Amino acid sequence: MAGGAAPGGSVQSETYREARLWLLLPAWVTLGLLTLAPLMIMLVYSFLTKEFRGGVIWEFSLGAYDQFFFDRGLFGDDAPKIEWTYIGIFWRSIWQAGVATILSLLIGFPTAYFIATRPQRQRALWVFLVTIPYWVNLLIRTVSMKFLLRDEGPLNDGLMALGVISEPLGIVNTNLAVQLGLFYSYLPFMVLPIYAAVERYNFALSEAAADLYAPRWTVLRRVLLPAVKPGIVAGCILVFVPSLGSFLAPDLLGGAKNFMIGSLIEEQFKGNAGNWPFGAAASMILLSMVLILLIFSARQSQKGGA
Amino acid sequence: MKKLLSTAMAFGLLAGTAHAEGKLVIYHWFEYIPQELLDTFSEKYDVEVVMDTYDSNEALLAALKAGGIGTYDVAVPGDYMVQIMGNEGLLDTIAEGELANKGNIAPEWADPSFDPGRASSIPYQWGSTSFAVNRDDYAGDISTTDILFNPPAELAGKINMLDSQGEVLAMAALHMGIPQCSGDRAQLSALNDMLQAAKANWASFNSDTAKEVLVSGDAAVGQIYDGFAAKARAEGANVEYAFPAQGYVVWMDNVVLLKDAPNRENALLFMDFLLEPENIAAVSNYARYNSGLTGVEAYLDPTLATQPESNPPAEAGAGVFIEVCDQATQEVYDQIWTNLKK
Repeated sequence: MAGGAAPGGSVQSETYREARLWLLLPAWVTLGLLTLAPLMIMLVYSFLTKEFRGGVIWEFSLGAYDQFFFDRGLFGDDAPKIEWTYIGIFWRSIWQAGVATILSLLIGFPTAYFIATRPQRQRALWVFLVTIPYWVNLLIRTVSMKFLLRDEGPLNDGLMALGVISEPLGIVNTNLAVQLGLFYSYLPFMVLPIYAAVERYNFALSEAAADLYAPRWTVLRRVLLPAVKPGIVAGCILVFVPSLGSFLAPDLLGGAKNFMIGSLIEEQFKGNAGNWPFGAAASMILLSMVLILLIFSARQSQKGGA
Repeated sequence: MKKLLSTAMAFGLLAGTAHAEGKLVIYHWFEYIPQELLDTFSEKYDVEVVMDTYDSNEALLAALKAGGIGTYDVAVPGDYMVQIMGNEGLLDTIAEGELANKGNIAPEWADPSFDPGRASSIPYQWGSTSFAVNRDDYAGDISTTDILFNPPAELAGKINMLDSQGEVLAMAALHMGIPQCSGDRAQLSALNDMLQAAKANWASFNSDTAKEVLVSGDAAVGQIYDGFAAKARAEGANVEYAFPAQGYVVWMDNVVLLKDAPNRENALLFMDFLLEPENIAAVSNYARYNSGLTGVEAYLDPTLATQPESNPPAEAGAGVFIEVCDQATQEVYDQIWTNLKK
């Protein structure tokens, strides 16, 4: 099969050799202009001196990174100590995004499995149903989530009518509300890659394992999960990464009482602070963390493949 | 022939500018001008009006500094932001006689400290920022800033603050009786500690939904602009707007002529249009704030003049503008704000 395809492939590349550079140009321009250039601007800005009320002065400075890691007191002239504020904000964001990812996985995996095991003709309909809410703007969905969770909202009213609780749960403006909001915002990013992986899975393997007296749990753990792991990893990354930088859910559902990474960075550009280098530095630190995570997961999957 | 050619070229140039003259690009707050008024202006002067919106003075400044200058003709910054934008060189100067209706500006607003002589701005709307209390939740005295910073037990945990450093810190300074932008370290430390303690009683920070949380009952107390409080009341919330004895914040939004405005002529036409009492009254009737012009009374919704949000009682404290701090103090303010939200 592979041997048969190769000659055709090489003929094609002969045909387009002349034009290859030009054909690749749009991809390179897109990558360069839309990905690398903004990143470089951010990197450079993070090492510049801040200008009062926004903007930068073109002088090299480590001030932004210093502010991130060292606490010099309210007036900036105490002896430097380790600054826990921003580490705490990062940790909170990672925790929130992590919980949202786990929630998405717990709901998303069975959902994806359910869809993938429907008859072929129904699957498209189920996938379509999963995506319908996502045609609506994220802001509107987040506000709707708040209406659902409110003390006078349907969730609390319903539970109280059923006699499960006697007082509203008081979910809005808590971390739990943020986690639920993030979970709901990004759930399809978990369902779709896992669905794609499970759909390709050969269920004869499960049958074979069962024939060899593997209990159901063992079939799931030793046969199905390893086979669909790339889909799960992709889903987790797709939910975790945008959750990490999100600021809508923390602002609207969490009451904006505690900065998350996204709102901290936004404040540097849109707030009174107007500290662009610090915003750029925090973004670079966030980006480095995400890159390390991605490299780590790529290595894991390489090992798994080998 | 040569003359014909140059005439044709002149016409060509004119056509180019005529196209540009047909446009006006406004950078404005959300939900702050009635669409009918924009349509009236658009029809009267045959100008295509384009409007973008922002949600805070600081967002406006950031957008202009990040390259928005040269895109917009006019914007509507608050008092202190007019001063900051002037210092940053983001404003154009309106020459004497360029605005035919400048005489309509009320004398008390003709020479404000944030824009002496109205060199770059005209009044848009003014009002106050204080807080509103839901009277179903609390029947006691609300004419004190303790409601926000040291609330009675019934209100603890049910307070929404504006997500805006300027308004929160100015109100906090009034509460403590210290000057705004104080450079005194003991006072700044005390301000920081007071806010840390007060935060335990706050449910949320939100500016965009400051009105909605009061109407829905999610919050029993909300720091809020007077017009928003009036709208919340009109929408059925049993809220009362407070004028604390310690004082409250007064603000004025102003239409400014931006530097490098691409349609400067139309910007001036628009400013003159808003200086006509009938037109600015339409804004007041919509937004429920006061205009800074004379002669508007005849066009105002009669309930506007008598609404409690616009009429501070005799025993109310003084209304003060938010001050522009110097860099050293502003950096401490930023630190206090970060501490508050970490």
